[in-house]
Amino acid sequence: MAHCHCPGLKIEIPAGARRIVLAGNPNTGKSVFFNHFTGMYVDVSNYPGTTLDISYGRYGSDVVIDTPGVYGISSFNDEERIARDIILSADLVLNVVSAAHLERDLFLTQQIIDTGVPVIVALNMMDDAKRLGIEVDVDRLSQLLGVPVIPTVAVKKEGFDRLKAELFTARPGHTIPGLEEELNQLLNRVGSRGEALLVLEGDPVIAARHGCKPGTRREEIYRRRRERVNEICQQVVREISRGAGLGTILGRWMIKPLTGIPILFVALWAMYKTIGVFIAGTVVGITEETIMQGIYEPAVRKFVEQFIPHSSVPGTILIGEFGLLTMTVTYLLGLLMPLVVGFYFFLSLFEDSGYLPRIATLVDRLLTSIGLNGRGVIPIILGFGCVTMATITTRLLSSDRERKIAIFLLGLTIPCSAQLGVIAGMLATLGPQYLALYALVIFSVLVMAGTLLSTLLPGKSADLFIDLPPLRLPRLDNVLKKTGTKSYHFLKEAAPLFVLGALIISVFQITGILEFLQNLLAPLTVGWLNLPPEASTAFIMGIVRRDFGAAGLTALALNALQTIVALITITLFVPCIASILVIFKERTRKEAVLIWGSSWVAAFLIGGLVAQLARLFNPAGDHIQVIPVILSFVVLTLVIVGMCLFIRRAKPTTNVPE
Amino acid sequence: MTLDRMKRGQRCRILSIPSELVRAQALRFGIAEGEVVTCCEVIPAGPVVISKNRQEIAIGRGLARQIEVEGSF
Ligand SMILES: Nc1nc2c(ncn2[C@@H]2O[C@H](COP(=O)(O)OP(=O)(O)OP(=O)(O)O)[C@@H](O)[C@H]2O)c(=O)[nH]1
Ligand SMILES: [Mg+2]
Repeated sequence: MAHCHCPGLKIEIPAGARRIVLAGNPNTGKSVFFNHFTGMYVDVSNYPGTTLDISYGRYGSDVVIDTPGVYGISSFNDEERIARDIILSADLVLNVVSAAHLERDLFLTQQIIDTGVPVIVALNMMDDAKRLGIEVDVDRLSQLLGVPVIPTVAVKKEGFDRLKAELFTARPGHTIPGLEEELNQLLNRVGSRGEALLVLEGDPVIAARHGCKPGTRREEIYRRRRERVNEICQQVVREISRGAGLGTILGRWMIKPLTGIPILFVALWAMYKTIGVFIAGTVVGITEETIMQGIYEPAVRKFVEQFIPHSSVPGTILIGEFGLLTMTVTYLLGLLMPLVVGFYFFLSLFEDSGYLPRIATLVDRLLTSIGLNGRGVIPIILGFGCVTMATITTRLLSSDRERKIAIFLLGLTIPCSAQLGVIAGMLATLGPQYLALYALVIFSVLVMAGTLLSTLLPGKSADLFIDLPPLRLPRLDNVLKKTGTKSYHFLKEAAPLFVLGALIISVFQITGILEFLQNLLAPLTVGWLNLPPEASTAFIMGIVRRDFGAAGLTALALNALQTIVALITITLFVPCIASILVIFKERTRKEAVLIWGSSWVAAFLIGGLVAQLARLFNPAGDHIQVIPVILSFVVLTLVIVGMCLFIRRAKPTTNVPE
Repeated sequence: MTLDRMKRGQRCRILSIPSELVRAQALRFGIAEGEVVTCCEVIPAGPVVISKNRQEIAIGRGLARQIEVEGSF
């Protein structure tokens, strides 16, 4: 047994086995090929420091490795770094390209050929190309690239027999001219042609690995490669018709505000109906109450009580109120898991259909004003599912600054689905004007906090620069598979943190710290928020789980005004203990403490502001004058945003995209 | 002129792209300096979508403001 050469990635390669690497642009069908080649026996290895799973499996006596889709290999992002390392260690690359997108896809093909590795090209999506009226001269393409090209339709398994028969006729292709001399010079130091090429292209990681200086010729090489690819395309691609299909038209509608916003609302509404109503209600009702609390918890309690008394310290930790074996397991599997699966299902659906980058384009404007770009919409949507999951997902944002802002906003303003369920129930009894007040206050806090952060943090966020792939009807099997891997991954990563969180809270409970905090908070709750003293218990419970906090409020006798103040405060209050642990793990300790601390301040500041404003506008009543309070918040937001704009204008800006 | 001034349906030649990383990424997508592209959508105050053949790219307003183009073809 030998290991894959890729640094860090542990893949068992039997002696004598060849490494067949699948590579290609995003969404070209690599994984369909991979599944076909490897069948059932697939292993997954996680690349260190990323959420990216690398699947690999046996094909005969050889090993097939799937890679994430990339537009080129270098060090621009995690996906690329991983794809780069795996491709550089390949014995043979099966490059999957989309026949409908040759101009874009062949750039990577040419780059892989330039590394000198044997390549075979699967010209996939021939059906799509046909539908779009694109004809490709396959033989000519093969001649020009210097490697075999096999036309395929992966989803119908067309061309697979030929591909398998000819797989090992893969050979090194025609590289772009003019690099040989320099490559040969570097080869002595670096040891492989592929790595030499990347050093020449200025890849800092590869250069550092061999202790040489990164080259400065990336742009020139890229330009020549692009010219070469354009030349090839001119010779092999023929477009018969150019009509705008339904997909093209719908794609346009999705990004124009006038039509795009209604479409987005329909999509979100469908999501709400599925996740908010069906999963959160029916499914969770079964998984959490019937199965976990009805069957699982009593069984575990009974079992543990045979050995340890329930009221002892280890008893409290294991099966008490926040027990590791009771609450933690119920929460993770009974409540969170169905919701997380639901959210990942929609995310995969949006991703697979090509809708996601269009949402990002549509909302880009909105998000740039709070220091993010369109891509920030992904963690924000996911935040409504589970803030912990969303915080992990911020890894896909392009700069550290954006991650900071996104994580802070998630922790402060986005209520997770568990909490939202309780909040929606309480708001429903109050009437629509209160719902509007709640939503507007939270939204204005989001805008204020985002604008402030984006003004105060140094630097400037990256601009949007994304590929809009053609719209496609998503395939259910693919979507389900993605949902499965993502959910599994979340569980694997988050479960230990939930366990640790429960442990910390149990210790707090046993040592009396929890009660101490409750008493500490009571004066603030009564004097500033005008709530009964018991409300402080609810807030402290919110440290554990956000929905615990909200649920604690339902038990209190609150009037309409108090309810709204309490709900706003609990929403803005600190992220749950698992989220804060993720922030600890993902970011620095200082940042986590800062986020936690400022959530306390912001929650009580804003909650109190609403309470005090309501009293100001209506000194006697227990009701609230909704309109003046909303207006006050609008004015406050405008003032803050205006101030920030003023500061920004004074401060010189530099632009560093991606 | 800069890219953000383009109107829907107009064609233009890209003269310069500011940052080296964006230039590299654009080259991979098939869009190089000197190339003629079509502006196929302009989101009010938002991104500009350009296309070349079937490749569509959305470019944030801030970046579009820094891309020098020469219209119209
Ligand atoms: N019409 C058509 N669709 C295909 C074909 N091959 C794959 N697809 C679909 O294209 C989508 C993407 O396929 P994947 O296998 O996930 O692509 P991938 O290259 O692994 O994508 P990433 O891993 O995200 O880079 C799926 O919905 C497939 O069902 C094909 O030949 N024709
Ligand atoms: Mg894949």
